[in-house]
Amino acid sequence: MTPAARDPKELALQYPDLFRGSHTARMKALAVGLAAIALFFFGCWYLEFSIDRLVTGFKQLGWFITLMIPPDPGTSFPTYLVAMGETLSIAFLGTLLAAVLALPVSLLAARNIIPSVFLRFPVRRFLDSIRGVDTLIWALVWINVVGLGPFAGVLAIATSDFGAFGKLFSEAIEGADRKQVEGIRAAGGSKLQEIRFGLMPQVLPVLAGQVLYFIESNTRSATIIGIVGAGGIGLQLAEQIRVLEWQKVSTLILMILAAVAVIDLISSRLRFAIIGRAGEARH
Amino acid sequence: MTISLSSYPPQQIAALEAAYNAAISRKRLRFAVGLVVFVALLIVAGFGAEVAPKTFVEKIGNFVGYFDRILNLDTGKRVWTDPAEWFWGWQKWLKLLAETLLLSYVGTTIGALGAFGLNFFAAANLSPHPALRFVVRRSLEFCRTVPSIVFALIFVIAFGLGPMAGVLAIAIHSIGALGKLYSEQAENIDMKPLEGVRSTGASWMSAVRFAVLPQVMPGFASYTLLRFEINVREASVMGFVGAGGIGQELVVAVRKFFYSDVSAILLMIIVTVFIIDICTGWLRGRLFGSEQRS
Repeated sequence: MTPAARDPKELALQYPDLFRGSHTARMKALAVGLAAIALFFFGCWYLEFSIDRLVTGFKQLGWFITLMIPPDPGTSFPTYLVAMGETLSIAFLGTLLAAVLALPVSLLAARNIIPSVFLRFPVRRFLDSIRGVDTLIWALVWINVVGLGPFAGVLAIATSDFGAFGKLFSEAIEGADRKQVEGIRAAGGSKLQEIRFGLMPQVLPVLAGQVLYFIESNTRSATIIGIVGAGGIGLQLAEQIRVLEWQKVSTLILMILAAVAVIDLISSRLRFAIIGRAGEARH
Repeated sequence: MTISLSSYPPQQIAALEAAYNAAISRKRLRFAVGLVVFVALLIVAGFGAEVAPKTFVEKIGNFVGYFDRILNLDTGKRVWTDPAEWFWGWQKWLKLLAETLLLSYVGTTIGALGAFGLNFFAAANLSPHPALRFVVRRSLEFCRTVPSIVFALIFVIAFGLGPMAGVLAIAIHSIGALGKLYSEQAENIDMKPLEGVRSTGASWMSAVRFAVLPQVMPGFASYTLLRFEINVREASVMGFVGAGGIGQELVVAVRKFFYSDVSAILLMIIVTVFIIDICTGWLRGRLFGSEQRS
């Protein structure tokens, strides 16, 4: 006798608990769903959505897009290329600086290196709060310190990535195999030697993969920090959008797309070379 | 106690060493070449980004000094000695924070709906036609690669200043990012239920509804929550270009040197991001068990 062969009503009478359980769960899901929808419409109302504005906005947008075609940099193409180079430099240097600074700190945040919660906890919260602040905000702060220009951008990327790397690196370190470390200890190695010879060979490929991945995503971030004056192609982009030079805007956007695609290709190749297929699947 | 180790005869050692060197010389060469390229890149990038170690050393005091200053009130006292003065604008700021959260919520929802509608056309195993798949994939890639703040800059001109531009910018970027993750999730499903439903003569729609959705929904929800976390951060800077949220206040405070306001707003943003991270983490844990948290 299979349950499927029986009348559902009979089953419901026989196992009331099972059926009532799914019923309340359903009501709960329904209530949550309704609340989510209500919040959505409240948000639309609160943020001043209106069909009118949407329609005129999309009309304008369509007009802009027709103005963007064909992309034409005018005479400023060399300037844009230099700005693009600046952007790539910012992404590359910022990421590397962050990685170099984050490595020692991530050791402090890893459970298998620092067993004490009291030492680990503040380091983690510190990294979290750095991560909670957007790169653009860091750029604003660094502009106050080193002045306008790409160097502020490098430092901004380095700062916000420092938080992210600290977290990712410490997770990679926590995921490392204990056996090698114990082997070094058994051979009489010091704590530092344990880290250097037991831990680092295991985690470095993983960390390198993450750094490459971040260089890729930072190329995207570095294209925008120019908007607040921290160097790179974002400055040009923001300016051309403000003066409504749509053909130049589309050129700049295409350049960004091309640069990101190229960096993407290079970094995934390198990542593949460093950590192989198994590491690739981690992302 | 002396330790005596037996060793190979010298000529055998020499042979072994030669073999070892031959085996790793290629690896060494590759490493050396990589190092040279790396250093060259570093130098080029250093010039490109106008890295100025001298300015940095001279001005690094400013960085510490800046944090020192933003933690001082106008009266010269430390901010925490007078929280009422420090958070004098808390009502306004809380309202703007609420606006920021709503902005990211509405943006994420629209983004998730859009990505949900598009991702099945981008997944290799489900897409009805390769050409359609190609078009959808490329447009998702475009939405994902153009940073949301660039969309915001353009939308502010098209839709006027205000949070609506920010919502649409976040929504478009989320469609791109989530669309990719969703379609990858959909590509990894077990195809057997799909074949089962298809074999009953079901249409594409009902096949997706009854065979694919039950498999992918948990993953979709998880990715959407993660995206929401990211979007809260992004929404906090939308105000920089006039697209709503707390960013506007922050950029004004930084530019006009209202030091204690900067620290107050930053603190409020950080705390909000913390709370959102904890809430979504808890929600993810409740919905899918702890193993999904990564």
